[in-house]
Amino acid sequence: MTPISYHMALSAILFAIGVTGVLIRRNVIVMFLSVELMLNAVNLALVALGRRIGSMDGQVIVFFVMTVAAAEAAVGLAIIISMFRNRETVNADELNLLRW
Amino acid sequence: MTQDFPALGLILLFPALGVLFNLFYGRRAGRGAVNLVGPGVIFLAFAVTLWGFVVLLGMPPGASLQCSLWPWIAAGSFHAELGLRLDALSAVMTLVVTGVGAFIHLYSAGYMAEDEDYARYFTYLNLFALSMLVLVLADNLLQMFIGWEGVGLCSYLLIAFWFDNPQYAYNGRKAFIVNRIGDLGFLLGIFTIVAALAQHGVWTLNFAAMQRHADLLQPVALAAALLLFFGATGKSAQIPLYVWLPDAMVGPTPVSALIHAATMVTAGVYMIARLNFLYTLAPAAMQVVATVGALTAFFAATIAIVQSDIKRVLAYSTISQIGYMMLGVGVGAFAAGVFHLMTHAFFKGLLFLCSGSVIHALHGEQDMNKMGGLRKKLPITYATMLIGTLAISAVPPFSGYFSKDLILEGAFASGHGWLWLIAVVTAGITSFYMFRLIFMTFHGQSRLEPEKAHHVHESPAVMAIPLIVLAGFSIIGGWVGLPEWLLWGDAFKRFLAPIVARPVTGALVQPGMMIEIHRFATGMTLSGVALAAGLIGIFLAWMLYIQHPELPPRIAERLRGLRELLWRKYYIDEIYDLLISRPLFWGSGNVLNKGIDRAVIDGIVDGAGATVEGGGEAARKIETGNVQHYAFVYLLGVVAVAGYYVYLVMR
Repeated sequence: MTPISYHMALSAILFAIGVTGVLIRRNVIVMFLSVELMLNAVNLALVALGRRIGSMDGQVIVFFVMTVAAAEAAVGLAIIISMFRNRETVNADELNLLRW
Repeated sequence: MTQDFPALGLILLFPALGVLFNLFYGRRAGRGAVNLVGPGVIFLAFAVTLWGFVVLLGMPPGASLQCSLWPWIAAGSFHAELGLRLDALSAVMTLVVTGVGAFIHLYSAGYMAEDEDYARYFTYLNLFALSMLVLVLADNLLQMFIGWEGVGLCSYLLIAFWFDNPQYAYNGRKAFIVNRIGDLGFLLGIFTIVAALAQHGVWTLNFAAMQRHADLLQPVALAAALLLFFGATGKSAQIPLYVWLPDAMVGPTPVSALIHAATMVTAGVYMIARLNFLYTLAPAAMQVVATVGALTAFFAATIAIVQSDIKRVLAYSTISQIGYMMLGVGVGAFAAGVFHLMTHAFFKGLLFLCSGSVIHALHGEQDMNKMGGLRKKLPITYATMLIGTLAISAVPPFSGYFSKDLILEGAFASGHGWLWLIAVVTAGITSFYMFRLIFMTFHGQSRLEPEKAHHVHESPAVMAIPLIVLAGFSIIGGWVGLPEWLLWGDAFKRFLAPIVARPVTGALVQPGMMIEIHRFATGMTLSGVALAAGLIGIFLAWMLYIQHPELPPRIAERLRGLRELLWRKYYIDEIYDLLISRPLFWGSGNVLNKGIDRAVIDGIVDGAGATVEGGGEAARKIETGNVQHYAFVYLLGVVAVAGYYVYLVMR
């Protein structure tokens, strides 16, 4: 059986990639993708840890996360489309109205 | 022995009604009604005072009439009641205030006949009479202070009556501020007395009660007496606070007669006589009073010699005469001081009214260099003013002779040889400058400006009658205080004796130094010396201004330095300006305004604003509006919190 540390390491790597994507990519859609990646990294950690302690709780939470993520994706994409219609851009650097 | 006499309240009520009427209805009711009500209420008050006085005469010596008004302050154990008290001393003062005051009010009706603001004028004048009566009739020190402040306010209002002239308004403020400085001393004196009495559970400022507990006042007597005297120097225009009185002459002349000659300026003398039981406890303070009085008398008299403004001569003369009164009360001759106060009210009130009559006749001219030869044109004014001048020059049998003589006698008898000498010399100077005034105004060649010369007219009856009445009093007013050996003797002193009975003791009079002056010969010699001084002064004035009118300018030329010194009033105003006003202005401008207000206070306020603004300015830079920056900071926070928990677990 694969050691738990493998799952956790993969989860951490995926999460770090997601964070980096959110922080350094300027395209809002790519940032959004990165957020999804972070979510799924956490999902992986939840499933792995739930199996490790012999509990179904981890998998149940993952379903919830997926459901919320689907809803969030719908809302988030709608916002991005709306932003693009107004500003003709999806570059995060140019979407900085809320500033001094 | 005291007796309730509720009618005393009427003495205050009448002027109070006059104030209300003139204030609210004066304009609407018109000049006739105001001229009737303004003087009328004072005459009514005078009538009530006479009634009270007659009742008082029928009572045994030392009796008093009283009238409780209402409780004023009740703070814990401290109680202050408002009450009136008519005893021998306040009766004299009240008679002077209402009697002389009534005729000056009457005179005002004529003097202000062409002024549009007659209603305001009589409102102030009645308010003044009311305040002055509150002062003199007060049966406690605190109520006296109400009157003390009230007369100061009215003095200010009336000096600056023609306030559209900035100089007049300035002089009014000067009088008010100088008086305030004195009032501070008065107030501190009251506090001192309250503190001393309260330590022994006596919570009152009633004069009678204070006198009963005079022994409790012994420890603070010197401080309290000096502080109260400092108040008196302000109100009564003594060194060092006399500077406001000459400048107060810009007010209407009846105001000068009433406030700045007859009544208000003598309040300090009255206060000391009223508190004689306190002052006799502090011989050193009395020494100060006597010395300041004598010096003021001399000092002001010398300034009066060279003044050319007729009212300023009289103003300095008033300062000088009040100096005499202070000398009198200071050497323990309280009755003599109050006696001179009374006769002075007659003749100085008269002199001011006469000068007003001259000024009125000459349409506002006050410079004696532009007068002369008015004797024929203003016969009534001339005759009455001559009587006033003879009275102030202490020529018998005019009133001033008797009162001034008593003061000189008191000074000599109590062993103040030097002060006596100063006072005698001052008497000579007094008659010199007063006859100089008479000669320059009424005798010699006319120096009138031609366009004014043919308008000169004698004053109307409403002004002439007060002159004649006061002239009568200036003649006979002194006869109530004849020398002991003559006719009915010194009735005035006997009348006042129970109030100021305490003999002067302590360091003031060394044992064996009290000179027996009731002997005919000594009394006559003293009188003779004083009289001679006065006559020499008159003779000198006659020589210089009638016989050899070319001499005074030449003497002035020869003694240019001295004349300049006197003309500039010893540079006292300049010295005060340099020592007090300028440092104050400099201090308030540079230290308080620039240094403290603008730098510190404004600095704190502006600094608080600037800090918030600067902080906001700095803080808003954080808000870049870039979502990734926020996310990064959020990440840092998460790492920090997570790191903390990891640290806790790993420890």
